[in-house]
Amino acid sequence: MKKIIDFLVSDVKWLNENTYLLDLYSEEKLPEILPGNFAEIRIEKASEVLLRRPFSIHDVDYEKNIISFFIKVAGKGTSQLAKYEKGEKLNVIFPLGNFFSLPKEKDILIIGGGSGIAPLKLMGKFFKENGVKPVFLIGGRTENDIFLVDELNNYGEVFITTEDGSLGEKGLVTQHPVFNSDNFKYKKIYTCGPEPMMKAIAKFASKNDIDCEVSLENTMACGIGACLCCVVETKEGNKCVCTEGPVFNIKDLKWQI
Amino acid sequence: MADLKVKIGNLEFKNPVTTASGTFGSGQEYSDFIDLNKLGGIFVKGITPKNREGNPYPRMAETASGMLNAVGLQNKGVDYFIEEIYPVVKKFDTHIIPNVNGSSIEEYLEVTEKLNNIDDIKAIELNISCPNVKEGGMAFGVKKSSAIAVTKAVREICDKTLIVKLSPNVTDIADMAKAVEDSGADAVSLVNTFLGMAINHKTRKPVLSTITGGLSGPAIKPIALRMVWQVSNAVKIPVIGLGGIMNAGDAIEFILAGASAVQIGTANFIDPQISVKIIDGINDYLNENNFNSVKEIIGGLMREI
Ligand SMILES: Cc1cc2nc3c(=O)[nH]c(=O)nc-3n(C[C@H](O)[C@H](O)[C@H](O)COP(=O)(O)OP(=O)(O)OC[C@H]3O[C@@H](n4cnc5c(N)ncnc54)[C@H](O)[C@@H]3O)c2cc1C
Ligand SMILES: Cc1cc2nc3c(=O)[nH]c(=O)nc-3n(C[C@H](O)[C@H](O)[C@H](O)COP(=O)(O)O)c2cc1C
Ligand code: FES
Repeated sequence: MKKIIDFLVSDVKWLNENTYLLDLYSEEKLPEILPGNFAEIRIEKASEVLLRRPFSIHDVDYEKNIISFFIKVAGKGTSQLAKYEKGEKLNVIFPLGNFFSLPKEKDILIIGGGSGIAPLKLMGKFFKENGVKPVFLIGGRTENDIFLVDELNNYGEVFITTEDGSLGEKGLVTQHPVFNSDNFKYKKIYTCGPEPMMKAIAKFASKNDIDCEVSLENTMACGIGACLCCVVETKEGNKCVCTEGPVFNIKDLKWQI
Repeated sequence: MADLKVKIGNLEFKNPVTTASGTFGSGQEYSDFIDLNKLGGIFVKGITPKNREGNPYPRMAETASGMLNAVGLQNKGVDYFIEEIYPVVKKFDTHIIPNVNGSSIEEYLEVTEKLNNIDDIKAIELNISCPNVKEGGMAFGVKKSSAIAVTKAVREICDKTLIVKLSPNVTDIADMAKAVEDSGADAVSLVNTFLGMAINHKTRKPVLSTITGGLSGPAIKPIALRMVWQVSNAVKIPVIGLGGIMNAGDAIEFILAGASAVQIGTANFIDPQISVKIIDGINDYLNENNFNSVKEIIGGLMREI
């Protein structure tokens, strides 16, 4: 069941000049949150922001009643949100959307880029609880854009690429040696990040007949399936990214790849 | 508790607060957040004769104090509504009012005819004002002759309370309202969205796949309010007011301008509980100002400043 709750800001922690972690505390017990689920946050302080903004849930602490978000500044809302101070109220609708499926396969590759690494921690936790040990591949422009390596290491090995080569392999995630298709050993890929990145990965996956789930970030108005603004074209017609997604198997999408 | 009951034609609403078509799904989407039984009515998402996929993504752009949409009447068709959606939502103690669409008079008639057979549906809203479809839609609502033709044709086969939803994209909305009144409408609802457009100057591309879309939200409220006031002065049938209502104060202003009921649209996206808060807010306002019934303030605008 979806909830609407007034959270209190418990922490805003900048990771670099445009990326921060936002922790929210609630008196109310948190419902079960699955990896890939997202929340719609109302940013009342920013009077020029009318609609709520969607963010993946990055982490949950059921004991302390805290949910966390991993946010990259994109515009008005995301910059105003970072200005909230400890103890201030934020109204949140959650948990929304579907979630990454638990893999049946053993060799799993999880790829994140940009703000798309937000759901990776929850995936790692959830997979570990279910006895799955994935490999993570995260990419950024420079070393300054690479986060969460230590945390993800708790759940599986972490590979890194940077476009300038300042950390890990040089290049885009899809240029990482794991993508050498002759000895690509992963049976399932999960990915979340910029659309060009996900499309490149989807192209590789479909060419090599590997099961692949992607998490989409279509612009949303309601987040609850009421407005039909967020649709993606699938083989069964338009589907709402907010309720039937954000996670889709690429074999259901009509991506031109 | 003040008396919140209002009448639209022969139909009684437990309160004047309803939700606007296309912003509230079929109602079920909101049932985790509010008690739907509290609402005066639910205007469900636009219905066409057959399944419609609507327009390609992107369909939405936030603008200053508003949003543009170009959904294009995505819906699964009237049969699906009757067989799958209506049986689920009819259990709620509120009026479920379908929003009827078509790209020709025949299509409007096809949808109306099927809905007309369902006893529990007491009213339909004829949408002659959707700006997001290539054929029909707004075309019917911006030309008086076609507005008259479609209203008359539907009136002939419709035994329900017939509410015609007007487009604001006209030069004289009061004239339009009179024309549909004379053609047999039991009530009018206004406004639908204003035709607008958004460009991303960085990419030099339109934001919406359809280039133009319908503007809604607080940005349109002053114009919508003016139109409701003009129409209320021009027709005898009840007026349902909407356009940018964000809180109880806004809703009361529409009622003072002459609306017998209001619809809440875009505000539902920002606060899914807003419709019920507005009902409570209207009740508080009536109590604080010593009115016994909401009917006492319909059209109650005090002319002296
Ligand atoms: C399901 C989902 C999960 C998401 N999870 C995260 C997350 O965990 N962390 C994170 O940092 N971001 C996430 N996003 C993206 C985030 O919602 C947008 O960055 C945010 O809405 C931008 O708001 P703004 O007011 O700062 O930008 P605006 O001022 O509204 O826009 C600035 C720029 O961002 C673009 N933009 C606006 N909204 C979106 C959007 N939804 N997707 C892509 N571009 C957009 C605009 O086109 C514009 O160019 C997610 C989006 C979705 C749909
Ligand atoms: C996403 C969206 C979808 C809509 N779909 C419909 C529709 O199917 N039929 C209709 O008559 N009006 C539709 N409308 C118009 C609304 O019912 C309403 O007239 C308009 O949004 C103005 O009210 P508001 O400013 O309170 O939102 C839609 C509006 C939005 C924002
Ligand atoms: S955002 Fe409204 S239906 Fe998905």
